Amino acid sequence: MNLANLANILEAELICCDFNLEKAVTYVSAGDLMSDILTSTHPNALLVTGLVNVQVVRTAEMLDIAGIVFINGKKPTKEMIGLAIKKGIPLFVTAKSLYLSCGLLYTAGLRNPSIA
Amino acid sequence: MDKKGPKEQLTTSKDINLQYAIKGLDLLAAGEASSNIKHTLQLIGFSPAIIRKAAIAAYEAEMNIVIHGRQGFLKAVINPKRIELIAEDTGPGIHDIDLAMTEGYSTAPDYIREMGFGAGMGLPNIKNCADELTIDSSVGKGTILRIIINNY
Repeated sequence: MNLANLANILEAELICCDFNLEKAVTYVSAGDLMSDILTSTHPNALLVTGLVNVQVVRTAEMLDIAGIVFINGKKPTKEMIGLAIKKGIPLFVTAKSLYLSCGLLYTAGLRNPSIA
Repeated sequence: MDKKGPKEQLTTSKDINLQYAIKGLDLLAAGEASSNIKHTLQLIGFSPAIIRKAAIAAYEAEMNIVIHGRQGFLKAVINPKRIELIAEDTGPGIHDIDLAMTEGYSTAPDYIREMGFGAGMGLPNIKNCADELTIDSSVGKGTILRIIINNY
């Protein structure tokens, strides 16, 4: 499963960075607490969140996250898009909720990253 | 974990030294220092797994300064054998280090939690990423974290 496939499953719109969309993704980290997300150990995971601020992109950068999906139609800010372009992290927006998004991704075979 | 205080630094003339001033409560700029350290480690050619550990530990330490410290520094001393990160702040200090190391314990204010931080995972996560962690803290004066990540 790659980022383009996952975006289709979530009916997500690509906001920026249409490169690395073929990168294979096996794991998903989900939640609004970046403190919790930062404890996950797998690189190239998909981050699914309802939190919208620059530190979400920073967290993704440190964790080598493959892409970020914002739920409930939440749009990233200009600062976030600027940083994501600089760091090469694709950003998506889905109208679906966190629970539904995670359910769809789990059904598609994606799994929970182990905790450090 | 050694709580006694910083040990003698094992530095060599070939060390790369980086130092960044960190401003308290600047949540927009937070992470820039860690990003620069990560980029430097990538340029040097450390393995992705080591870089990831160092980046996460640096970022957690930097966020701690931003959240709790009034101001501080994030330093990196890099040589082929290890990466040393030093996070120094003039914040309120840590009253009880054992309690601060407990997952879920946090003294961060609500608006920091609304930013996605202050969940009480920072110091335990740094410890998980590090081969050595030293915390030297004085209440009312500040805190110095010394983090060692060995390159093997």
